[in-house]
Amino acid sequence: MTPLARKRLGKILLNTAGVLVFLWAVFPVYWMVSTGFKENDQIFTTEFIPFPTHFTFDHFERVLTEGVANNSIWLYMRNSAIVALGTVLIGSAFALLSATAIARFRFKGRGAFLVVLLIVQMLPSEGLLIPLYMMVKRVGLGDQLIGLIVTQVALTLPFGVWMLRTFVAAVPKSLEEAAWIDGAGRMTTFWKVLFPLVAPGLVATSIFSFITAWNDLVFALYLMSGSEGYTMPVALQYFFGQKGVDWGAIMAGSTLMTIPVVVFFLLVQRRMVSGLVAGAVKG
Amino acid sequence: MADTTTVARGRDSSPAPGHRRKKSAGRVRASGMPVWAIPYVLLVPGLLVIAGLLLYPMFQLAVMAFQKVGLAQIRGSRPAEWVGLDNFERILGNDIFWSALRNTVVFAFVAVALTLIMGTAVGVLLHRLGKKMSLFVVIGCMFAWAVPPVAQGVIWRSLFDAEAGIVNWALNLLPDWLAAPPTGQSSWTGTPWLNDTFTLYVALTVCVVWAGFPFIAVSVLAGLKGIPAELYEAARVDGSGPWRTFTKITLPMLKPVFAVLTILSIIWDFKVFSQLYVLMNGPTNRDGFNLSMYAVAEAFKPPQKLGTGAAISIVLTIILLLITIVYVRQIVKQEEM
Repeated sequence: MTPLARKRLGKILLNTAGVLVFLWAVFPVYWMVSTGFKENDQIFTTEFIPFPTHFTFDHFERVLTEGVANNSIWLYMRNSAIVALGTVLIGSAFALLSATAIARFRFKGRGAFLVVLLIVQMLPSEGLLIPLYMMVKRVGLGDQLIGLIVTQVALTLPFGVWMLRTFVAAVPKSLEEAAWIDGAGRMTTFWKVLFPLVAPGLVATSIFSFITAWNDLVFALYLMSGSEGYTMPVALQYFFGQKGVDWGAIMAGSTLMTIPVVVFFLLVQRRMVSGLVAGAVKG
Repeated sequence: MADTTTVARGRDSSPAPGHRRKKSAGRVRASGMPVWAIPYVLLVPGLLVIAGLLLYPMFQLAVMAFQKVGLAQIRGSRPAEWVGLDNFERILGNDIFWSALRNTVVFAFVAVALTLIMGTAVGVLLHRLGKKMSLFVVIGCMFAWAVPPVAQGVIWRSLFDAEAGIVNWALNLLPDWLAAPPTGQSSWTGTPWLNDTFTLYVALTVCVVWAGFPFIAVSVLAGLKGIPAELYEAARVDGSGPWRTFTKITLPMLKPVFAVLTILSIIWDFKVFSQLYVLMNGPTNRDGFNLSMYAVAEAFKPPQKLGTGAAISIVLTIILLLITIVYVRQIVKQEEM
């Protein structure tokens, strides 16, 4: 084989591998979406039907009107959105304050705080659920979305601070100093100089918190006992009924739950990596 | 907003404001707060959340592990009863604890190894692909990565479905010498993957590896891009082959990345919950429990035994903390925080 032919063959092999990886990653997602549009006789079959030949919106319509556990999927989507947005609003504000303290000041206990941040991120949330369940019940927030928001703020804050601190640190201190010299107070400097420059990082951190709260199953499952308070991940469990699984409906519901996450994910994935492996990846 | 700016400017517009600031910074600022106190004030909300909702509950969990906490205690009609080591004795004497521990550890080991291997392979592939093709594959991977854990469970539960699942359909296509149907069956159709513990964990592993490899791949790709091209150039000049270059340059240069990725993957896979919950249809099959599921089942399935659940969680937490210490040391080593 000539070197040119070998090079071309190598390229073909690489691209084939690339396509295979793409298919392996995407096929299960495609399967979820396409099953949501298939008619039941094309779902419950031992045949492989790659495309829904009879396109139907029945399943989507059914989950949105009839829903599950006596409520439309809209209610569960709304609950999920309230919890996720509430977590983002409270969590981001707290995270920004803490991140500013860490990135802008050298103070006693700073190192210890950072180590605590790293450690608490790793605690098993199923373990934390047990005492938090007691606490939430005691203060009368059981069955209320606000109780869920509080727990999600706690679970997302450590990583939020960890991620945001690199964004704050990336803003050159000279900019703030220039503002001080011009006579701006600390608050003005914060709002007019630091905040606009950190905003992209704040968006990334917020989306991370949103996704974590949106995806949570275990807290919503045990803190909410009435179906009015279910979030999407809990509601989906009710499609696995006694009489067999309604795959069309559950795939339609899963698709609806997945769409916002995929959209946000494509927006922030680079930040996620840099936050998690902070420092280990250079470049 | 505009007002404060004007006021601030007006106040400080005397000659050489910078000089004056330096003098006052050491003592008390105009706002009345000493400079040393500012970071602590900023930290108050964060500290309150971490201390009140993470550290204190962890302490509570440790206390509850030595108590009997049932329905009466949840309602608050009776105080928690101190039972010493009873909870631990009960779980250590229970076969389910040991099978859950085994499931957790074996699953984490296998899933982490497979995720890392597949992720690294894909990362190297992405690095060698052309720009457009690389982006195309990365976007595909993003889909797998972004699917919420519950939806991941749903998807793979349908793919591993006994009757209509694609997995059984695909296995039927393969020749018998490669994938013979289970004994007593003429075809794969009807094989109930999710009922038996071993095959349930096969499905869980496929699910977790599928969702987990993109993160590894993208991180490895970022690491590969950071390796200076001169190193490869030098290796090529010295006549090093591709495999030798990979083991002698690429892997050592990526070592810090791998250290963090491995530990993160171990921690995540140790506490996998949502996917398992969906695949096994809730905490039903006790043999198939992992530690998280066992803790939750003991704590929340009636009759509720939160104390026992706490004891199981403590075991899991101690294992995770030991791994976390390695992670923290690695991060601290790499970064001047």
